[in-house]
Amino acid sequence: MRLGLVIDLDTCVGCHACAVACKQWNTSGTTGPLTDIAAYGAEPSGVWFNRIRHYEVGDYPNNKTVNMPMSCMHCEDADCVTVCPTGASYKRKEDGIVLVDQDKCMGCNLCAWACPYGARELDPVDGVMKKCTLCIDRIYDETLEPEDRQPACVITCPAHARFFGDLDDPDSQVSRLTRERAGQTLMPELGYKPTNTYLPPRVTRPVPTDDVRRKSLISSVKEWVNQAIVR
Amino acid sequence: MHPALSVIFFTVLSGAGYGLFMLVAVLHLTGSYPDASSGELQTQLAVALVLITIGLLSSSLHLHNPRNAWRAFMRVRTSWLSREAVLAVAFYPFALWYAWEVRATGGDVGQAGMIMGVIAVLLAGLTVFSTGMIYASLKTIRQWHTALTPANYLLLGLALGGLALVAIHGWFVGDDPLLGGIAIALLVLAAIMKGIYFLWIREVTGPTINTATGFTRAPVRILDPGHTAGTFLTREFGFDPGRQVIQRARLGVFALGFALPILLLAWVLSGAPAHWLTLALISALAGIGLERWLFFAEARHAVMLYHGRQHT
Repeated sequence: MRLGLVIDLDTCVGCHACAVACKQWNTSGTTGPLTDIAAYGAEPSGVWFNRIRHYEVGDYPNNKTVNMPMSCMHCEDADCVTVCPTGASYKRKEDGIVLVDQDKCMGCNLCAWACPYGARELDPVDGVMKKCTLCIDRIYDETLEPEDRQPACVITCPAHARFFGDLDDPDSQVSRLTRERAGQTLMPELGYKPTNTYLPPRVTRPVPTDDVRRKSLISSVKEWVNQAIVR
Repeated sequence: MHPALSVIFFTVLSGAGYGLFMLVAVLHLTGSYPDASSGELQTQLAVALVLITIGLLSSSLHLHNPRNAWRAFMRVRTSWLSREAVLAVAFYPFALWYAWEVRATGGDVGQAGMIMGVIAVLLAGLTVFSTGMIYASLKTIRQWHTALTPANYLLLGLALGGLALVAIHGWFVGDDPLLGGIAIALLVLAAIMKGIYFLWIREVTGPTINTATGFTRAPVRILDPGHTAGTFLTREFGFDPGRQVIQRARLGVFALGFALPILLLAWVLSGAPAHWLTLALISALAGIGLERWLFFAEARHAVMLYHGRQHT
């Protein structure tokens, strides 16, 4: 089993709801707290498992805004695990989730150095490394309704841009989406084989505008009258 | 990369200590140490062990949870940091046994002491190599992910050790053509290696903002990093002193680290008082310290691509 996320860059609106839901769930979960520093100060900072960045792709007028949520990719060849000297970082055999055992971590930062995706953040108060757990305390919780056994970020996404599932199962929704939408991984050239997959924006036909009628004298007068009546 | 002072102290001091230990032990064990008095050998080995110990203690200062530092010996199979820790600790019993034999026998060590010395030299070399490999094994930083990194760590450690060796020898006996020659040769080799390194990292390779975001068919620019103030990532990986500072620091590395010590060494060998070698050592320590700072300041982590860098 290879559990991971599939994120649709076509529908992601960049609202940061996934990051907030993640922070809310995990700060009170098994890996919490996600310490904040000067939360109400001039320069608020803190630990987040999920961050959303916004990019402009292409040059005007053929440009497009792309919102890119990023959390741990739960890589198959996770260097953060191999460089860890204490054995605090580990990858679960049964489902591929990469975790940190906070009781073993000595806070040397080396795993964060080895991660190109910025998935690991040191909690300066606890002195240990923290990262996305794929909401392991949710997805296996049998007291929850089956539809709730998903990561908090997936459940909360208002644009349905996030999907959770087993990428080893060719018939799962995430595998199907990856196949049909030509899902891609980030920085594949580094060879970490990330599990999380991103669906690129769909190539859509441009909306035709040449048949839009030009303004005539009558339509201008009508428009003016309509506006005057509304006022 | 953010240059942590504790790591700079650790790598420079312990590198110099291991270099000094290796050179003293090899010269002593092969019988080519000039005017080897027991007191001088003991001092040399003691200085080496003190430098190594200060370095190792300082390395624990950058840990945020040092209570778990003992666990660093647990993952020798995969982690270079773990290997370094194990080798650094394994070095002590052999080195202390050898140093104790030197003290007990006045320099005329027996077979067991010689074997201990050889093993200690090997462990010292492997420890410095492992330190370099911690950095060289990171695929995320192209400036470090090269064979030149462990080579630099080894050569700079040996060069500092060579200078410490002649400087201490200068206080006990005076200048010596063999030790001076070794020190100059090591400094020249290290300077050439550092030059190759600077040339090597000029070539831009590796991931770009395009492969990082997956959009390889159009230019990509950052609109917003998603946070208003600094994060762990920007503080740890976003350090960039600017082109000008880096150029000046490189000049400083070559001037203080290599040129001045070589000139002072040549001057002493041609007749000046041997006490000037201490100045050469201080200058080299400052220069290599600057080199270690630069090693971090010039490193560009791949995660900065997500924060708007076009390439690393």
